[in-house]
Amino acid sequence: MSTEAVGRRSAGRRLADLFHGRPRLQAGALLGGPVAWLVIGYLGSLAVLLISGFWTVDALSGELVQGLSLENFQTLLEETVYKDIVLRTVGVAAAVTVTDALIAFPIAFYMAKLASRRARAMLLVAILLPLWSSYLVKVLSWRTMLSSDGVVNWALEPFGLHGPGFGITAVWLVMTYLWLPYMILPIYAGLERIPDSMISASEDLGASPLTTFRRVILPLSFPAVVAGSIFTFSLTLGDYITPRMVSNDQFIGNVIFNNISTNLPLASALAMVPIVVMVGYLLVARKMGAFEHV
Amino acid sequence: MRKHSNPARTAWLLVAGLLAIMLLFAGCGSDDDDSTSGGEGLQKVGKGEGQVNLISWAGYVEPEWTKPFEQKTGCKVNNKVAGTSDEMVSLMRTGEYDGVSASGNASARLVEGGDVDPVNVDLVPNYETIFDDLKDQPYNTFDGQPYGIPHGRGANLLMWNSDEVKPAPTSWGVVLDPKQAEKYKGKISAYDDPIYIADAAVYLKTHEPDLEIDNPYQLNDEQFEAAVELLKEQRPLVGEYWSEATKQISAFAGGDSTVGTTWQYQYFLLQEEGKPVAASPASQGFLPEEGATGWSDTWMISSEAKHPNCMYEWMDWIVSPVANAQVAEYFGEAPSQSKSCEHTADKQFCSKYHAEDPAFWDRVYYWETPLADCGDGSSGCKDYNEWVQAWTSIKG
Repeated sequence: MSTEAVGRRSAGRRLADLFHGRPRLQAGALLGGPVAWLVIGYLGSLAVLLISGFWTVDALSGELVQGLSLENFQTLLEETVYKDIVLRTVGVAAAVTVTDALIAFPIAFYMAKLASRRARAMLLVAILLPLWSSYLVKVLSWRTMLSSDGVVNWALEPFGLHGPGFGITAVWLVMTYLWLPYMILPIYAGLERIPDSMISASEDLGASPLTTFRRVILPLSFPAVVAGSIFTFSLTLGDYITPRMVSNDQFIGNVIFNNISTNLPLASALAMVPIVVMVGYLLVARKMGAFEHV
Repeated sequence: MRKHSNPARTAWLLVAGLLAIMLLFAGCGSDDDDSTSGGEGLQKVGKGEGQVNLISWAGYVEPEWTKPFEQKTGCKVNNKVAGTSDEMVSLMRTGEYDGVSASGNASARLVEGGDVDPVNVDLVPNYETIFDDLKDQPYNTFDGQPYGIPHGRGANLLMWNSDEVKPAPTSWGVVLDPKQAEKYKGKISAYDDPIYIADAAVYLKTHEPDLEIDNPYQLNDEQFEAAVELLKEQRPLVGEYWSEATKQISAFAGGDSTVGTTWQYQYFLLQEEGKPVAASPASQGFLPEEGATGWSDTWMISSEAKHPNCMYEWMDWIVSPVANAQVAEYFGEAPSQSKSCEHTADKQFCSKYHAEDPAFWDRVYYWETPLADCGDGSSGCKDYNEWVQAWTSIKG
């Protein structure tokens, strides 16, 4: 028994000896798994996506032809319908982002600077609560609410008004609702980091509340807004279930979905569009200093 | 020890990693022809392999009739529900499944791709009594070889809200002719699938005889253009494109849709809920004057089936009189087994769904996969890929 214990200890010892004084090996053992996952599972699949965008489909058998062809990208550029779809998707993503930012900022500001501890906790729970229920349930609820006989029309009827019905407005509305928490939380975190003393200092120096907001609070919290906008923008860009449920309009995701089993290369080529848009967006966001606060 | 990472080296590591992935991928891509036993050449159904892996439409594989099957044959049923024909094709291509309940717009693609094998119908005793007009059809028989066992069929009906749509329409023109359809702008319900282009072709076949459309799934450039153009004109009038049955049911129940194409399933369900819906009456043969598109599903066996004996047992079981009656009633479609009509719980079932009425089915154009081959060897027709592209541009 004692020899076994000694043996086991010496095995552990040897392992410890191996790592001792070799910081690079230590880091490698620690990070090897996660980095391999990132490179193989994440970047690797992106690379495969990029490559398959250059493939084509054999018309007769539907089998993939692996080669280098610009056919898919040519289709995307030449057919105006794809341009419309891309513009529509990016447009709605931008509208959702701006709306969410406008709604989220006052709520986040109240939570970070004005609310009591108790009210702040309650608000946090209230914001996180919708995230506990399924995405599908929320979209389907909106579908029921926005239908002709739904609660939205019922509530607006006494005022002689009519709800938006299904369509692009409905998509904007539902997406704005869905992604709001992802905007509030980063802004809240950003605002909380601004020391109260800075606001006091601004007031002491004679700045009006508006000037304080414009010259102190907004510049300091802007990176947080940009950080939140990355979430709302990219989530809207990639969604295809909401447009399908509450409108007849096609978004990038819908067209990818429609092509995925009949023309995978075209779907891959189309999938590059949101990636390119997002890379551009992230570069601009970095310029604005958004990543100093995430 | 470095405090800061070396960006150049990190980048090189990334590139090396990506290259490794690509090589790995290229290596995997080339060895996809490791065909295993499959169902081909099976002369006799032997002892079951203990399980069978199926791909099916929702409602086709349910405990009510799979439990007795498992008890009888010892083949455990593992089922994967697919939402669309496209999904079925891509799932079958994985080679992980023994069989699929393919509609006509998937079957030819599966045969072309070599994903399924011919079926030896002698090994399926219940095949004998299947309705004759379901055998040897272009979507289940290729080069004279049967490639599957007919499961059941249905027609795409014209349904309307009888409170809102008056007079009762007798033609698809109510949703496809821009002049008539204008009246129901924003309330029209259309099927959200490239195969819906065939519905326009069925309409044009009657109303634009100059186009000389014969088979609505084999369209040349001119015919195809006309059908696509018709649907583009319909686009602004459509209230909702539906793909899931439940989506259409809620749209009709909630008043968002009042007229459009549907399956028998939604029609009878809405009727049972007491909604004011109607479809073409018996006096018109239950279909609009142009006829209609429809589907006829087929159980096919994978060319890479790992449990061919169990798959044969399943194909025989699902068309046995009692099981086929159960699945037809559960799903809401006409059974393929002629003896099933004695076993339905609702004694009117077979007459409601016209199971024994060949004249009804004569006017139904079952879904087929559009191929470049026009059926006569000439390759001037639009293939399914082009239908998908056109569908994207129709919806805009």
